[in-house]
Amino acid sequence: MTTAFLIATIIKVLVLFHMVPIMVSLLTLAERKVSAWIQFRYGPNRVGPWGLFQPIADGLKFFFKEELVPEGANPFLFRIAPALAAGPAMMTVAVIPFTFPILIDGQPFSMAIADINIGVLFFIAMSGLGVYGILLGGWGSNNKWSLLGGLRASAQMISYELSMMMSVITVVMLTGTMNLGEIFSFQGEHTWILFFFPVGTIAFVIFLIAAFAETNRLPFDLAECETELVGGFHTEYSSMKFALFFMGEYSAMFTMSCLLATFFLGGPTFFGLIESIDSLWLRALIGFLVFAAKVGLFLFFYIWVRWTLPRFRWDQLMHLGWKILLPISILNLMATGILIATGVLS
Amino acid sequence: MKVRRMEKRLSLMEKLAIPEILKGLSITFRNMFRPKVTRQYPEERYEAPIALKGQPLLVENEDGTPRCVACSMCEVVCPAMAITIKAEETERYIEREPEEFSIDMLRCILCGLCEEVCPKEAIIMSDRYELANFTRESLVFHKDRLMTPIKELEGRIRFTKEKFDKWHR
Ligand code: SF4
Ligand code: SF4
Repeated sequence: MTTAFLIATIIKVLVLFHMVPIMVSLLTLAERKVSAWIQFRYGPNRVGPWGLFQPIADGLKFFFKEELVPEGANPFLFRIAPALAAGPAMMTVAVIPFTFPILIDGQPFSMAIADINIGVLFFIAMSGLGVYGILLGGWGSNNKWSLLGGLRASAQMISYELSMMMSVITVVMLTGTMNLGEIFSFQGEHTWILFFFPVGTIAFVIFLIAAFAETNRLPFDLAECETELVGGFHTEYSSMKFALFFMGEYSAMFTMSCLLATFFLGGPTFFGLIESIDSLWLRALIGFLVFAAKVGLFLFFYIWVRWTLPRFRWDQLMHLGWKILLPISILNLMATGILIATGVLS
Repeated sequence: MKVRRMEKRLSLMEKLAIPEILKGLSITFRNMFRPKVTRQYPEERYEAPIALKGQPLLVENEDGTPRCVACSMCEVVCPAMAITIKAEETERYIEREPEEFSIDMLRCILCGLCEEVCPKEAIIMSDRYELANFTRESLVFHKDRLMTPIKELEGRIRFTKEKFDKWHR
């Protein structure tokens, strides 16, 4: 490994990792803006031009809030839970290739922090960890609302993770690799997984629905459920610990959108247009913009859905997860296998 | 007991949920481009209609004297006991005028009874509704701050006259 390669790697890690908190703060602003537009309001427009500094004001407010640990709470679990919620969600970003690889010192230089061959597995493991923060937060704060919220969160995540992973396996079967970079370059050569009708499309829809449940967003935010559970798992949290839960939720949203774009919309590819650019740097730059546009689309969709749909009832959620999504995803998986074996899709 | 369930039967399309969700999404998407209804308050002030009962003010004649004859009717009628009046003699033909007249805006409930009861139309509800400040003292309005030239209050005086005329027909 040469020095140039090392320096480039360090720069890449710093830039990509800092992108997550920045995206999170922009997302909080976007959430408030879009919700305001949907409700015929302007949204935050006082702090800075167009309200752009609102996230900074919010963050400062969180820092100066009093920090409370409720009586009877388990101090260790109560303190570790927010970190557990935010950490794994931010870590998933490590395997996402943001654009085409470039050449440094004559070697291909991947634009993912960790260009590993088991990227998909890493994502599965990390999103499985995400539930612990919420569960422990609910359990450790010695409050019935929190406990119920944590309980719901874990039940919900377990039931949706299954169908989500099934649809990811569909993608893996179609592309024949677990490396996210290769997944999108496969889609560049053939076509987006979304257009592998019908299996790819069904997998996309299942992943999309399950992603809402995984990130605890409306219409599946049963873990918070303000109308029944006060604040759900974060009822007892205040100041920066509460903000960490928020950051966890939004960074999960961000990584899920990135993964959706990579798995189903071909990441930075665009129907062979961008791959035909000869200059590697230019290709990487335009690819990044295309990827950002796709991710932005999904992020907007997340927010849009949140301000449109009401919350599901608890039993409806379970019904949807176990009786509808899971069978469909298993059947879809089998259909993919059959189609590949018979050579219809290859 | 027999329970009759009044649930609406859902059609197949509604049971599938996806078309309905898309319908809802299209509504919210269209809403994003509708004109906004928010009033940008400090810049865009609310123009109060004449019937609004805001901060009560004392009417000042053209020559700068108060209209009030210090009869203390408003002081008595005020349900919140917000008004304090101290009368004094004056050379003018009305013979009495307030030496001290204060309205405690922390107590005033903006009921408008003082305006109704005043025989001289000397205390009038205005359209001032921004009644906030940092200290208690600054919210007790004394005569100097209550006296308002009659010109500014003309509209409301006419309005009350019309209103009372209607009531006392
Ligand atoms: S408006 Fe009502 S409460 Fe206020 S000063 Fe007049 S009578 Fe008293
Ligand atoms: S009722 Fe009118 S005239 Fe009498 S004291 Fe009050 S303001 Fe003055």
